[in-house]
Amino acid sequence: MVHEPGKSRRKGAAPTGARMHGGLKLEPHKAESTREPILRGPRPSELVLPLAQHMGAAAKARVAVGDHVARGQPLADADGYLSAPVHAPASGTVVAIEPRRIAHPSGLATPCIVLETDAADHDWDGLHAHPQWRDLTPEQVRTLVRDAGIVGLGGAAFPTHVKLNPALTVDTLVLNGAECEPYISCDDRLMRERAAQVVAGAEILLHALQAKRCVIAIEEDKPEAIAAIKTGIAAQRRRSNTSDFDLALEVVPAIYPQGGERQLIATVTGRRVPSGGLPLNVGVVCHNVATAAAVAAAVLDGEPLTRRVVTMTGDAMAAPRNVDALYGTPVSALIAACGGYDAPVDRLVMGGPMMGFALPGDDVPVVKAMNCILAESDAIAAQRRRSVKQVQPCIRCTACEDACPAELLPQQLHWFARARDFDQARDHALFDCIECGVCDAVCPSDIPLAAQFRWAKAEIRARDDERSRAELAKHRFEARAQRLADEKREREERLKKKQDPAAIEAALARVKASR
Amino acid sequence: MLSAIVAITTLAAVFGLLLGFSAVRFRVDGDPIADQVEALLPQTQCGQCTFPGCRPYAEAIVRGEADINQCPPGGEATIRALADLLDREPKALNPDNGAEKPRVLALIDEPRCIGCTLCIQACPVDAIVGAPKQMHTVIAAECTGCELCLPPCPVDCIDLVPADDGIAAWRWPEPDHGA
Amino acid sequence: MVNEYALLLVGTVLVNNFVLVKFLGLCPFMGVSRKLETAGGMALATTFVLTLSSVAGWALHKWLLVPLGLEYLRTLTFILAIAAVVQFTEMAVKRTSPLLHQVLGIYLPLITTNCAVLGVALLNVQEDHGLVSSALYGFGAAIGFSMVLVAFAAMRERIAAADVPVAFQGAAIALVTAGMMSLAFMGFAGLVR
Repeated sequence: MVHEPGKSRRKGAAPTGARMHGGLKLEPHKAESTREPILRGPRPSELVLPLAQHMGAAAKARVAVGDHVARGQPLADADGYLSAPVHAPASGTVVAIEPRRIAHPSGLATPCIVLETDAADHDWDGLHAHPQWRDLTPEQVRTLVRDAGIVGLGGAAFPTHVKLNPALTVDTLVLNGAECEPYISCDDRLMRERAAQVVAGAEILLHALQAKRCVIAIEEDKPEAIAAIKTGIAAQRRRSNTSDFDLALEVVPAIYPQGGERQLIATVTGRRVPSGGLPLNVGVVCHNVATAAAVAAAVLDGEPLTRRVVTMTGDAMAAPRNVDALYGTPVSALIAACGGYDAPVDRLVMGGPMMGFALPGDDVPVVKAMNCILAESDAIAAQRRRSVKQVQPCIRCTACEDACPAELLPQQLHWFARARDFDQARDHALFDCIECGVCDAVCPSDIPLAAQFRWAKAEIRARDDERSRAELAKHRFEARAQRLADEKREREERLKKKQDPAAIEAALARVKASR
Repeated sequence: MLSAIVAITTLAAVFGLLLGFSAVRFRVDGDPIADQVEALLPQTQCGQCTFPGCRPYAEAIVRGEADINQCPPGGEATIRALADLLDREPKALNPDNGAEKPRVLALIDEPRCIGCTLCIQACPVDAIVGAPKQMHTVIAAECTGCELCLPPCPVDCIDLVPADDGIAAWRWPEPDHGA
Repeated sequence: MVNEYALLLVGTVLVNNFVLVKFLGLCPFMGVSRKLETAGGMALATTFVLTLSSVAGWALHKWLLVPLGLEYLRTLTFILAIAAVVQFTEMAVKRTSPLLHQVLGIYLPLITTNCAVLGVALLNVQEDHGLVSSALYGFGAAIGFSMVLVAFAAMRERIAAADVPVAFQGAAIALVTAGMMSLAFMGFAGLVR
């Protein structure tokens, strides 16, 4: 069951009746990195594994310096419900647990487990395959997913098991194979080469969610991936003649940011996720195709999350391609594996040109959320700097409002953020902003809107934090005042009792009697 | 002439009675505005505003005895919020009351602590645990950074450390908003 | 009959808007319009005062002043009635929303001296309105005042966040905006006689 687009997407309506508002048609720049199949990444001598490479609480290390670990062995446990474990991507010895610089815009360091790999590369004996996963309960599947350390591989790194434990009924699973941002092509190659694994993952996810329908959404500019997934779905249909699961492929327009969760759900299912709400509120759960493949590997083969496909591209990269890299590999090793640079490099960007950020250096390790490394050459960087003129005043042209895929009012949010009127900004759905950068790109005054909204959100969160701390402090202050008042009252009562004449008489009588 | 005087006087008397009755009927107890002002203050109870706590400062603001720019721990954000609430113009923090600085936590240097409980008695939010001749420790999650425990300590063993450090405290810088 | 009342309302709300066409009640218009919530509170208070004092003024005029031949005391009597109503309103506001009471500050008792309130009472006499007409006239004037006050406050909030040249910041740009609003309301002229 395939829904094809039909005509040019700009004005027409999707078959389901809803289409994404706004968005931009961008140059894809994906052909360079999709020509070659996925390259198996190198096994470097040192792997650096940050304890916090997912949303939620950082993992707690369970190994000590000097421990010898096997491939797939858990190195750190999940800390609480919203957390994920970290596993050894290769066997070796733990040489340090210390702060190391990671892929973060701040360039700061966080605690990491540093592993010195050995040539043996033997597997951990605690890995268990479950080919008969249909006999497992959804809760057991969730536990397997959690214990495998699987997090959202589309970039958010949200612990997957939490998204498999819905508080409301789910009827549709959407697998996000859109990959709308230019340059990134890891999901494309994954779908081409491992479509069967993606489809198997879809089935397992449906089982865990107790849902029937799955829609795999792919952008129209990926014909090979579409064909591969079509074949995979047909094979699945042949395999399970009871067909308790309904898998469908939907081709979506290649407009940025069609792959945004809410935008994709609107286009594919026609349902609008409410402002400030979750896809769960409309009975949908959305996972990335790579996450689905990882779930299949975890359940079917007992493979924890130890590697991922990273797109190595950019105009300065000599041979752009996708690499199946071990977590903890320094980015420099991946670049070397791709033949290095063929032009002087200005900066390395993690992510795409719209939502990515510059890396502090090439020594940072590959983490679960790393989908793409863009090497920007000096020439392109110079061009970029020349074209960005000085920020000018807003001329109220509303081009940003026409382009916003979340149907927000970026112009109004700009005025509020500028005036630091954060209450109004919050009331105008600032937290629905996905920071896609489309408003930034269309603004004729070159106002850094996405950066402004990101800053405003951080300010609001910080203030909310302060507010709750102040509440707590006030509560404790009042409790202390109460405690002191109680102590004073008790002291006075005791004193009064001591001065009571009848009590004094009684005490004297007791003394006389004892003599 | 007489009728005019009588008419107006009677009218005034009637209105006076009505208003007197209403004044009793619509009496307001407590000081609800002070509550709303206090809710905007950071509750550090540090006394830098020259009042012995956040509630007295809130009441002083409402009475008009204090200005809204006397709270350093609240900083610019609190001044703006107070200005917004009371419909006044926001102004810069008064340098006489202190300067706005990053949040700090008190940390007791355990080898030097002598167990005198003077800091425990000084802490306005009971954030220090300990007993006479026992080790005293500051509960970091409860400490507001008011610095009231520093003066009483006879061996000067309490240090102030930055509350947020490293990647947890890092925030995106404020971008150029344009002209 | 209904047609007549409808025309009366349209007249007071739009055509002869008390603030933008008759230029009465400008003091609270400029003074209380910096924040939308405050303006809303003031609008409600003024509506209450205007309607009540309009009716009270008519009643006092018809049943006290005219029978006793004391029409020459009407300004004094109306001010007495308005002052009492405003005092009552102030007590009610202080009870329901002490914050609004604090924020409105001096402008709440100053409704007594609001020329629009006295103006309505006197105009009722001048135009020889009946009870219902007086009430509607006061109510319409209040609606017109409230509508314009709230719209102006909303605009001032946006202006506060915008890029106003230093020379125009504050009252200057507010008055320019009010002037433009007034120009816009001139478009209603001639709609109702």
